[in-house]
Amino acid sequence: MAVNLGYREYFKSDAMPLMWCSGCGNGIILRAITESLSDLQLPPHQVVVSTGIGCWGKADDYMKTHAFHGSHGRALAFGTGIKLGNPDLHVIALMGDGDALAIGGNHFIHAARRNMDVTAIISNNFNYGMTGGQYSPTTPLSSKTTTSPMGVAEPGFDVCALSEICGANYVARTTAYHVTQMKKFITAALQKKGFSVVEVINTCPTHFGKRNIPGDTASMMKHLKDTTVSKTRYDKLNDEEKHNYMVTGELVNRQRPDFLNVYKGYKPGDPEAAGGEGQK
Amino acid sequence: MSRPEGIQLMEGNHACAWGAIDAGARIFAGYPITPSSEIAEVCARELPAYGGIYIQMEDEIGSIAAVIGASLSGKKSFTATSGPGFSLMQENLGVGIYQEVPCVIVNIQRVGPATGLATKPAQADIMQARWGTHGDHSIIALAPATVEEMYYLTIRAFNLSERFRIPVILLGDQVIGQLYENIKLPDPESLEIVERKKPVVTPEEFYPYQPDENGVPPMAAYGDRHIVHASSTCHDLTGFSNFKAQTNRALLTRLKDKIYNYTDEITDVEHFGPDDAEVTLISFGASSRVCKYVVGEAEKEGIRVNLLRLISIWPFPDQVVQEALGKTGAVVVAEMNQGQLTGEVNRVNVTNTPVHLASGIDGELISPDIIMTGIREAVK
Amino acid sequence: MNKTKNEVRIIIDEAICKRCGFCIEFCNARVFEADKDGLPLVKNLDDCTNCRLCELRCPDFAVQVEAVDNE
Repeated sequence: MAVNLGYREYFKSDAMPLMWCSGCGNGIILRAITESLSDLQLPPHQVVVSTGIGCWGKADDYMKTHAFHGSHGRALAFGTGIKLGNPDLHVIALMGDGDALAIGGNHFIHAARRNMDVTAIISNNFNYGMTGGQYSPTTPLSSKTTTSPMGVAEPGFDVCALSEICGANYVARTTAYHVTQMKKFITAALQKKGFSVVEVINTCPTHFGKRNIPGDTASMMKHLKDTTVSKTRYDKLNDEEKHNYMVTGELVNRQRPDFLNVYKGYKPGDPEAAGGEGQK
Repeated sequence: MSRPEGIQLMEGNHACAWGAIDAGARIFAGYPITPSSEIAEVCARELPAYGGIYIQMEDEIGSIAAVIGASLSGKKSFTATSGPGFSLMQENLGVGIYQEVPCVIVNIQRVGPATGLATKPAQADIMQARWGTHGDHSIIALAPATVEEMYYLTIRAFNLSERFRIPVILLGDQVIGQLYENIKLPDPESLEIVERKKPVVTPEEFYPYQPDENGVPPMAAYGDRHIVHASSTCHDLTGFSNFKAQTNRALLTRLKDKIYNYTDEITDVEHFGPDDAEVTLISFGASSRVCKYVVGEAEKEGIRVNLLRLISIWPFPDQVVQEALGKTGAVVVAEMNQGQLTGEVNRVNVTNTPVHLASGIDGELISPDIIMTGIREAVK
Repeated sequence: MNKTKNEVRIIIDEAICKRCGFCIEFCNARVFEADKDGLPLVKNLDDCTNCRLCELRCPDFAVQVEAVDNE
């Protein structure tokens, strides 16, 4: 290899300081993504980040790869087109929890079902940070937010379970605290053919954290460490204990054929002929 | 199936799909909706043989998003829908306009609002096409009136979108979309096909939103070494977010000027009937076919009537319409809505020529009687 | 090249550091201490194991851990 591409070949360092609040983990996820791209030595012109709207949706402004910044909730739909237009590209959709699972929920479940070869990296901070801390589709039941002052009356999505049942090929959960694990999962997801999801449980010291987690920004980050366990450990907990923890780790890793693989397997002009791995 | 040879009896929607394929479209992303679905069906059947892809998205929001994404990856892309689906596309249509993404949106209009007289014809999306997405913006819309025009205007729609880097709307209607007429598809080699201008500078010197002398930035594709940052947020020529007042002003001004400065080039009209007339009909699409019949009927009653048919609707051909208003005794606008085009005609009516509306909102092709009634009123 | 402990340099970009305290709180070797504003100060460089977790866990790209080239 001629040139070693360090993370700064992907990270637009002249755009610093980053726009996120003190103690928000978005910058940590951004660092992990750029480190993963560097580990894989992917040329920046073969990578497209597709972002939605929200705090995490601003991440494209710090990337030196190709980038698409579109409308709220649609990063995966735009990313689907980007991939269809040039299947050689690595397409990474960066979405927050509201972006991916409320307004963008339909695109999310169908991208997973279709098994589009796109990587979704979801920064889940359990609320809409940019608009002032309203509850989102992942906010845990009874949590306080600016639109649930007495406690939210809806249970939150399990993003990874949803991804699995919809058909994603690779699903992993980590936290903004677990930086080494995060990079490992993102690297694996980027290499995976088919739809891959990395959910990163994140802090929001300004809004969700302030209302639901005691202590300073470091305490909120420590909270991520203290309330997550590996799948092996989780499975050994009793039901009551399980209630207090979230599972981290690689939760799905399978080899369903992706959309383009199946589609290209069909013979043009011959609707009768079966083809592609999807037919087996 | 393969490309139809010789003279064929063909549906308007089929002709549209073949126009797109011959214009070089290789990605169709859509969602089924009557009366446009035949366009999707032809694309699903035919695109793979051209190395293209048909994808059926989860809704029209996703459809136009995929179209925009695929175009940014360098493929000519399009979608087809009807009123309700067109409404769902509006936010992302704005994204396409703002990011300057060439693509084509076919809207085979039907009666609304809401589900309305589902699948019956209307021409009531004139203003949705113009102002459906929020914010100041320009748009190009073309209105075919024959099956042959469904083919050729689809090609023109792609050509204009590539030339001006803007989504172009083909504003058809149920009558034209599902009409069968004879057509002979031309040799594709004989067609004039416009491709987007690529950057001539090196990747290091490249700014994705540096406009050329026409105000249109040369376009690199995702995957090129020229890095593209396409943003729905206010951006400078780098494509990155920039919230300065002068950046916003410059961008909005350029997006307007790059179209409005070329209105003459985009404008396409047909003059039908005698030069000098007591009454001029102004119409487009399916309604204009009835107008042509009515020109003859009026003559039988001793009224000299001609027709100005708008083939391009947006940008509105102010000057051509103004000239027509100045040369006639009265104008009757024949349209299948409650006066959307009439409002535009009145806007440019500096000669205070009497303008009447012949409005067909019966969920069927506008009747000659409605237009004749308008003409009789006009000459009263 | 195998670095020993003291062949490491830690640079804090004071201008972009947002004083979240992550590097101070989560360093197992307790290399950092906060000044009165919360700015991390490198107090125990000799204890640094060059694990670089402070750098990876800094949300603002404000920490750089560099191996010092003595040659």
